[in-house]
Amino acid sequence: MLGKGILKSLQVTWKRYWDTYADDLTWWLSGKKRYHSVEGVAHRSSKNAKGIFTVQYPEERLILPEEARYLPFLIYNELEDGKREILCTSCGICAKVCPPQCIWIVRSNDPQTGRPIPEPTAFYVDMDLCMNCGLCAEYCPFDAIKMDHDFELASFTRNVYDLEKLLKPSAYYQGIRPQNFAREEADRKAKEEAKAAKAAKTAEASAPAAPA
Amino acid sequence: MTAPAPTLDATAQLNASLLARFPESVSTETRPGYSGIIVKKENLVEVAAAIRDEFGYDLLTAVTAVDYLAENKMEVVYHAYKTTGGAGLTFRVQAERVDPIEVPSLVEIWAGADFQEREAYDLFGIRFTSHPDLRRILMWEGFDGHPLRKDWKEAFFEEETKPFKSRWPDGQHVYAEFKNPFRDNLNFPKDFDPNAYQPTGEDDLYLSLENHSLKTESGIKTDQIVVNMGPHHPSTHGVLRVAVTLDGETILGLKPVMGYLHRNHDKIGERSTYLQIMPYTDRLDYFNSMSNNLGYAITVEKLMKIPVAERAEYIRVIMAELTRIQNHLIFVGTLTNDLGAMYTPSLYAFEERELILDIFEAVSGARMMCNYLRFGGVVRDIPDDVLGKIKDLIYERLPAKTAEMERLLNDNEVLIGRLKGVHVLNAETAVRYSVTGPVLRAAGVPYDLRRADPYSVYDRFDFDVAVRHNGDMLDNYLIRFDEIWQSLKILEQALKQMPEGPVNSQKLQYQVRVPAGEAYGRIESPKGELGFYIVSNGKPTPYRYHVRPASFVNITALEEMCRGSKIQDFIALLGMLDIVMGELDR
Repeated sequence: MLGKGILKSLQVTWKRYWDTYADDLTWWLSGKKRYHSVEGVAHRSSKNAKGIFTVQYPEERLILPEEARYLPFLIYNELEDGKREILCTSCGICAKVCPPQCIWIVRSNDPQTGRPIPEPTAFYVDMDLCMNCGLCAEYCPFDAIKMDHDFELASFTRNVYDLEKLLKPSAYYQGIRPQNFAREEADRKAKEEAKAAKAAKTAEASAPAAPA
Repeated sequence: MTAPAPTLDATAQLNASLLARFPESVSTETRPGYSGIIVKKENLVEVAAAIRDEFGYDLLTAVTAVDYLAENKMEVVYHAYKTTGGAGLTFRVQAERVDPIEVPSLVEIWAGADFQEREAYDLFGIRFTSHPDLRRILMWEGFDGHPLRKDWKEAFFEEETKPFKSRWPDGQHVYAEFKNPFRDNLNFPKDFDPNAYQPTGEDDLYLSLENHSLKTESGIKTDQIVVNMGPHHPSTHGVLRVAVTLDGETILGLKPVMGYLHRNHDKIGERSTYLQIMPYTDRLDYFNSMSNNLGYAITVEKLMKIPVAERAEYIRVIMAELTRIQNHLIFVGTLTNDLGAMYTPSLYAFEERELILDIFEAVSGARMMCNYLRFGGVVRDIPDDVLGKIKDLIYERLPAKTAEMERLLNDNEVLIGRLKGVHVLNAETAVRYSVTGPVLRAAGVPYDLRRADPYSVYDRFDFDVAVRHNGDMLDNYLIRFDEIWQSLKILEQALKQMPEGPVNSQKLQYQVRVPAGEAYGRIESPKGELGFYIVSNGKPTPYRYHVRPASFVNITALEEMCRGSKIQDFIALLGMLDIVMGELDR
């Protein structure tokens, strides 16, 4: 029969239409919020989503996975005396690995010893060039540069972030990437312990040799 | 006892038989890391005809050139394969690097060489003699020089290769245009005044269209008209322009005009380190970044001769097949959009795609620009909760929704009416035009690289090569659904077989060592054969990096498929070829 296929199609669209309101109704009856709630958004972006699945941005936001990456930022630790300990040692690996070459780092030397200071004097990232690939964060040996979750980046000007604008506390990093942070902390602790054990061992080994 | 005579391997045997057939005009490749044969320029057409007809290499997939500046040679490299499967044959011609560089054209033998030869002419300045329509294809007509030649420098030239020295350790930020002496981003040819420029390329374009004489049927004088579709047209899937000659509504001939999105991906690759290229490959076919990553990683691994971590192989397959599913879903959505079924099917398709992209985001960090693969493995393991999500999708959601999509569209009389029997591409023509992917399989050639020339771990899965036999639009449409079902089948097996273990066989290093040599790696991307041709000279950056995109070569057959059909069906055909301009223009 001509038109049978179209009727079949309409059945599918009708089911979608019905599903949207049926889902709304069941959520409403069970006293849960389908809209403007975290579980509602999670439901609508899960395999159980039925009917209309739109997330009403900006009132609602998608839940970002931990690995989501947008722009890079630098991490500092807050010390007890209020000073900042920048993790970056200005080794330059991020600048070398960056595909669009959007990272500029100034490393300076200690005027007395002439050796490089393990902290960047200046650090620029041209955010207009950045392609959000995350290679800098992946290859940084000091876990000093990480990718941010902030994606609302529209602006009226060109964006070259300097050191001040790039720095964010490690607590912020812990907030957006708890699992990564925990893993890196554990790694660091293990490394420090291994180092301490090694130091103790060498001290022990050299102790008998030393004249008593 | 005498030891058995050493048997030659298949490639050496083939080379030997070619040498025996053409002792005068063929010589074997002797450079270390290279393979294949060198054909004398004068005998190229004759040898190529024999390669196709006598040796059975009927599918010419890639044509590209390499500029060996130090040796003062220009080389054109051809990769030919058999549609029955198996390894390919690399043959090449060399020419003195003195303008005009002339090499015979192979369009007569493989029509699929057409656009690829034009590309080599455009970017290298190699003149293919007896090419029917040798014009620039990616760059504009007033462009100065040939950008892939090794002695060409762009306007913003800073350094030959990345990383640039100005970035570290004394990296004061300066905008690139402030460093440029002209504060202008264009180089012009000598004696060129941009204000007085009169484009001549347009005339060449219109002249290249077949000129059909005026018809006087039944005393009424008719005339052909030329219509420009695009570059900004909702049906062209990006900035593609097509100049069409029409007789009423019937298409007499057409020429695609491309390059509006050209950024010289090859040149970017030749200036970046091997690792830095990886995120750029995402931007080729931006729907299928995982597949692009896979093709590139496989090629570099071939050159480096490194193994891939077992678990990573399975993760790669899972990602590549999820990519295929979402690509084909989008295909169905956009095709129906082009046919006039605005929004409903495409939004249904996008919903499922959304769930797949969520998985990509959770494993790689980005929804479309994944940058997930590394040489020897992948960046990170799939988190457990994401693995659960993938299982949910594969076992529950996607089969149900694909079936729903089929219910929604496949019996629809309007859809069938628009697709059935339109734009028939027969198998012979498809192979001649180097068409690959679903379009070739819908024409009745069961040529799927996952089976014909298996890469990664595809030889461990049980699946059917989707094939249909009519070669019309309806078959092209239905084969996408067949492929989704086969992908789901592969995914189920991959999830079951996936072993535990590390996800990368290599140490974390940002500068990989790639030994000198050449490699052509190819995968079955959702749109067809995606090939990467890389020449390494042992330096941190590739000497030659070439992408053979499926969209670009498939579109060669566009004119052949359209001739004689109606203009409204042409719009559907563009949707059916499944082109992506990011890949087509590179």
